[in-house]
Amino acid sequence: MSSKILTPEEIVKDFKQTFKSKVKETKIERKTVGVKKKERVTIWLKAEKESLHDMVKHLKNYDYPHLAVVSGNDLGKTIELIYHFTIYYGNPLHEILINLSVELPKEKPVIPTITDIIPGALVTEREKQEMLGVKIEGIPDSRRIFLPDDFPEDAYPWRKDGKGPQKMIRDLYEVKK
Amino acid sequence: MSKMSYSLPIGPIHPALKEPVMFEFEIEGERIVNVDFKVGHVHRGIEWIGTQKNPLQILPIAERICGICNISHPIAFCIAVENAAGIDVPERAQYIRVIVAELERIHSHILWAGVAAHEIGFDSVLFLTWRVREKVLDLIEYLTGNRITKAMFTVGGVRRDITEDQYPKIREALNYYKEMFNKLKHVFLDDKTVMMRSRDCGILTKKEALELCAVGPTARASGVKKDVRVDYAYAAYGDLDIKTVTPDAVTGEVKGDVYDRIIVRLLEVAQSVDIIEQCLDNMPSGDLTAEAKPAKLLALLRKTVGEGVGRAEAPRGEVIHYVKLTGEEHPYTWKVRAPTYNNLMPWVPMLMGEQIADIPIVAASTDPCMSCTNRVTAVINGKRDVLTHEYLHKLSVEKTRRLMQ
Repeated sequence: MSSKILTPEEIVKDFKQTFKSKVKETKIERKTVGVKKKERVTIWLKAEKESLHDMVKHLKNYDYPHLAVVSGNDLGKTIELIYHFTIYYGNPLHEILINLSVELPKEKPVIPTITDIIPGALVTEREKQEMLGVKIEGIPDSRRIFLPDDFPEDAYPWRKDGKGPQKMIRDLYEVKK
Repeated sequence: MSKMSYSLPIGPIHPALKEPVMFEFEIEGERIVNVDFKVGHVHRGIEWIGTQKNPLQILPIAERICGICNISHPIAFCIAVENAAGIDVPERAQYIRVIVAELERIHSHILWAGVAAHEIGFDSVLFLTWRVREKVLDLIEYLTGNRITKAMFTVGGVRRDITEDQYPKIREALNYYKEMFNKLKHVFLDDKTVMMRSRDCGILTKKEALELCAVGPTARASGVKKDVRVDYAYAAYGDLDIKTVTPDAVTGEVKGDVYDRIIVRLLEVAQSVDIIEQCLDNMPSGDLTAEAKPAKLLALLRKTVGEGVGRAEAPRGEVIHYVKLTGEEHPYTWKVRAPTYNNLMPWVPMLMGEQIADIPIVAASTDPCMSCTNRVTAVINGKRDVLTHEYLHKLSVEKTRRLMQ
């Protein structure tokens, strides 16, 4: 971990140099707020799924990345996972929010776990398994976390396709426990 | 499981706050050697409901995710939508947001202090703190019209003004808390019994706090300087003079135990009073919302394609909302992450090696909020021999009595 605080541009440049074509899209979002117009910075990174694990490891070179949560979208043919990290916390107004997103094909929605890098990622990874039907490879504890044990096996509440909750909501009496 | 150990299920009636969470402990004698938990008993599917409504209809739902953090969730949701749609909030509205958010923090932290005192059998302090808390609830009612659900926010600003003629009442309440602060500090930090029950109990080291992604006072009490208000400019916090509170300000060291969590929350009450005063002194004039007409605002949001993340520091830690708008009436995705979600894992190292009687105070020390963390219908896990809250509370009270003898 280096103690130097990099600018968002330097971080994006560093990511592009290290991972080259694996970084698909980058965007730096700046917003000023308040009377003094202090700035807050968000970095959006879209990446190939193969390099997710290495990228999270790479974040450790800057600061110990705090994983806020992993959110997810059903984009039709793919499932998008967005890992929300923050780095440089503890430095007033210098914290940077990094949203690292990967897309997984629906036929094979598999992604390696990052709990070996950040053990605290376990809760959110378990939630993504039950809510989106992705498979987290190497997850130390693959039980459900929020859904009850008798919830149907092949239904995933955040899906927008046939595996979503629509049928359950419309015809609840048909749902087999 | 070794020969000597046995398993002890607790819950789903929560041993600390009156909310459901299921613990399974492995116990050797009186010592906890392994901890597992199950949450989800009050998962209401709020994120899914949100995707069936327009952003302005989501606001009242966001407010009802949590009974206490009913400012933090709407503010994070508003910021997420504002980021996605590129709306700039007027400065005055940002100051008002800060004032209401800090009033919420004062009442939440004092409520917690009462619960913590109750958990160790110190009920006179429970009555004292909740009596003290009434003042801020009255003030919130005076400013917003409601004690709890405040309905202050809208996308692009706030719905009610705080005017100069209301300042005297606000200042009076703030002065009351300044006077009370020393008393509360004395009651909690100088008391021998509180010290015996909370010092070196439920320790979370800085390394564990970092690795397990702890947030809020739980992380700060372990020495992790993480506070969204200080680190990341949102609302008017960028303008204000605030510093991250860590327990070494009082004791000169960071231990990461229950006592340190008490210190952090107490100091944050004083900090909130200071923040509100700063806001009153520097309140800019101007509009309350970026777009006052709801129909026009909704028309803009309906055309918006984009995604945004909103973060806010709730009394329990960071709240983060992710919203994806796809140019339709309803958001495509809404993800809510409440602070207790991240503070679940840190329970494990905290509870390891502690006694059964310490479970209530250690579990309560992260100020857990299960309604926030869980969002589908309740199913109770099979039939089990379950320890009741009353029994656990009795154990905890007995331990305090033993220590006092």
